[in-house]
Amino acid sequence: MNLKELVTGVAGDKQFLLGNEAAVRGVIEAGVSIAATYPGTPSSEIGNVLSLLAKEANIYFEFSTNEKVAMEVAATAAASGLRSFTFMKHVGMNVASDSFMTTAYSGVNGGMVILSADDPSLFSSQNEQDTRNYARLANVPILEPSNCQEVKDMVKYAFDLSEQFNLPVIVRTTTRVSHMRGVVEFGDVNDNSSNNENHWKRGHFNKDPSKYVPVPAFAGDMHVRLWDKIHKIEEITNKSEYNFEMDFASDKKYGLISSSSAYNYAHDVVKFNGLDVDVLKLGFSYPFPQDLVAEFLDDLDEVFIVEEVDPIIERDVLATIGAKNLNVSVHGKLDGTFPLFHEFNSDVVSDGLNKILNFKDDELIKYSSSLEKLEEDIPNRAPVLCAGCPHRAMYYGINKAIDELGLKASDVVFASDIGCYTLGINPPYNCADYLLSMGSSVGDGCGFSVSTDQKVASFIGDSTFFHSGVSPLINAVHNKHNFVLTVLDNRITAMTGGQPNPGIPIDGMGDEAPEISIRKLAAACGCDYVRVINPFNLEQVIKTYKEAFQREDTAVIVSKAPCTLIKGLTKKPPVNFVESNCNNCDKCVSELACPAISKLNGKITVDKSQCDGCNVCIQVCKYGALEAGR
Amino acid sequence: MDNHYSIYICGVGGQGIIKTSTIIGEAAMNQGLDVVMSEIHGMSQRGGSVSTELKIGGYNSSIIPNNGADMLLAFEPIETIRGLDKVNSETKIVYNTHPTVPSSSDKAYPNVDNITKILKENFKHVLPINGTELAIEAGSVLALNMVLLGAVTADDKFPLTKESVIDAMKNNLKPKFHDMNLKAIESGYDSIKG
Repeated sequence: MNLKELVTGVAGDKQFLLGNEAAVRGVIEAGVSIAATYPGTPSSEIGNVLSLLAKEANIYFEFSTNEKVAMEVAATAAASGLRSFTFMKHVGMNVASDSFMTTAYSGVNGGMVILSADDPSLFSSQNEQDTRNYARLANVPILEPSNCQEVKDMVKYAFDLSEQFNLPVIVRTTTRVSHMRGVVEFGDVNDNSSNNENHWKRGHFNKDPSKYVPVPAFAGDMHVRLWDKIHKIEEITNKSEYNFEMDFASDKKYGLISSSSAYNYAHDVVKFNGLDVDVLKLGFSYPFPQDLVAEFLDDLDEVFIVEEVDPIIERDVLATIGAKNLNVSVHGKLDGTFPLFHEFNSDVVSDGLNKILNFKDDELIKYSSSLEKLEEDIPNRAPVLCAGCPHRAMYYGINKAIDELGLKASDVVFASDIGCYTLGINPPYNCADYLLSMGSSVGDGCGFSVSTDQKVASFIGDSTFFHSGVSPLINAVHNKHNFVLTVLDNRITAMTGGQPNPGIPIDGMGDEAPEISIRKLAAACGCDYVRVINPFNLEQVIKTYKEAFQREDTAVIVSKAPCTLIKGLTKKPPVNFVESNCNNCDKCVSELACPAISKLNGKITVDKSQCDGCNVCIQVCKYGALEAGR
Repeated sequence: MDNHYSIYICGVGGQGIIKTSTIIGEAAMNQGLDVVMSEIHGMSQRGGSVSTELKIGGYNSSIIPNNGADMLLAFEPIETIRGLDKVNSETKIVYNTHPTVPSSSDKAYPNVDNITKILKENFKHVLPINGTELAIEAGSVLALNMVLLGAVTADDKFPLTKESVIDAMKNNLKPKFHDMNLKAIESGYDSIKG
């Protein structure tokens, strides 16, 4: 399909959409005026699609420098009477949380929806945290779609709910919902036509400090009002069409409560195995619909709770059983029926149900010993830095510099950060020893430099530096910390699919924008040593790192070269391999580890379809066996 | 079960796996069938193993249970082996015999003829095709996914018509590639049917 149909499509149209595309259609149907994000997988495609469609959809859209700023852009838009949308991956909520928590107190005027995408099984994340905890921490409603149609419908509904109660609303997806594709039937589009010369509508902020300024004198009342709203919304969750029962059982003995992607597995296992289990799906799960759940539990002897990540519904069910004095056994994560971690699937759910219901007759498929051996022997295929990636050249160079300074690997601590360059953890680079979160490499550099006698090298990407690397750099200079900070400036936010960032002269809607210089920014933070290097020039890389490591202050090296995946770059021809010059030292394979160079049957092979002509291998080979292509 | 069909598609990032799956899914939708699909984006795309799962019929879950696939479609020989958790004795195993050798691995790449031999010892429906060669014959190595798409439509149990798959291809890919893609789809189809 053409993505423009997300804007032009009319009620009744059906499209085969990614969950994240369905979210965009929900935003368009809801008549949103302002949207802001910081890209993070599994939510990234929402931003990529909005970036393309914003103007046609009368939406102002920005890639904010981080999730907290995005939250603030959305909160103030909603306070000004507009519908606003912010979205992020689950850990983005941590960054946004300081402002998010207070948004619950001050409330909104126009509808405000926050989509947070959890990543059970950590496909591209540093942890498995559960966004549903944030709904409870801040006391805001949360909806949990299970499929693409629900993503679209719930996003739209969340705006109505938000406006009805003047409260932000969270929509929680998981990787398997955001990256599911399914059939979505479109609904009607709310009008959000512009009322001014811009393509998006402007609102008006009506001053009311007692509502919007949480000084102690006002914030206490705000908290009272928040609870009042939540009690009223609980009446809605008890009756919501998104919380429904499916009667699979002939008698009321076993029940199952589930939400989000976990519900899909539970549904299929019960349905396709013909199990005598009634299912309650919770799509609108906080405020917890206690009366509805109590009614469901009333006739049951035993209930299964099938939910991914934390045992949240399970604890609420246990509390309901206690409060209503019911006699129902609960089988969930807490009693070991289901795992406490990682995503579920139909196999995990049926194994758990089978512990109580004994319905499976497992016939193990037996394969030949030759196949078992083959399965053990196949090479793995982990993600790698691309051929022509500037990060590879920089990592190769810093390791050479360390070696030439007579230092051992254990003499240098590498604080890494979040991006493609985290792949520097892999051999032969081994350049990631510690990592906490977005921007942590700079604060970690501060800590290691005062806590150890080791040298410290921190790595951060351009987008991550703008996200949360600047304020710790000010800390580093002011508190006289001694480490080498490398900003890997590849002119894009690469890992999440190539979004612009403030270092690039283009904004989230494709318009020209001021470019922020990392070099000047580092100098303005007070760094005396700031060098911009071309990572593909190994001699310069090695010389600069040797210099930087011998300094006693915070040294900043900007390793600047565009990501090889950026479209439209002029590239050099692939390198040639001159077999007669090859000395079989294997350095091109063992020290550079470029995916375009491999050793097959004892012979170096260059895959010209992969080679990007970065020519770094030519500088690595001492024997002239690799030469520039013509 | 009638009208239920699950396909597990796997290979290497960049081989066009998501596009292939989306085309099948859209064709299923156009034929009025229930369809759900799962794909993985992000870190796993940087030259790593990639897979999608597609289920036609009244399923809510887009993840195929172990031993639950009707078709394993692999774009690369060793990725076939990695996908075997999803197959059972009746599963059609269609795979491209042209290897993409991982750059940094401590293990040697196994012999592809031996992979085929071992698979045939264990499964009833093992259907190797040199998809890369057929793609090059059709006009470009990038048409590999279209060759394999054609191969899927040749399965007797596959619930979609070749015509609806071709329509969905045209709706998803640029017109200037349609002729090449049609050629690739036909050659993949013939290599299984023939």
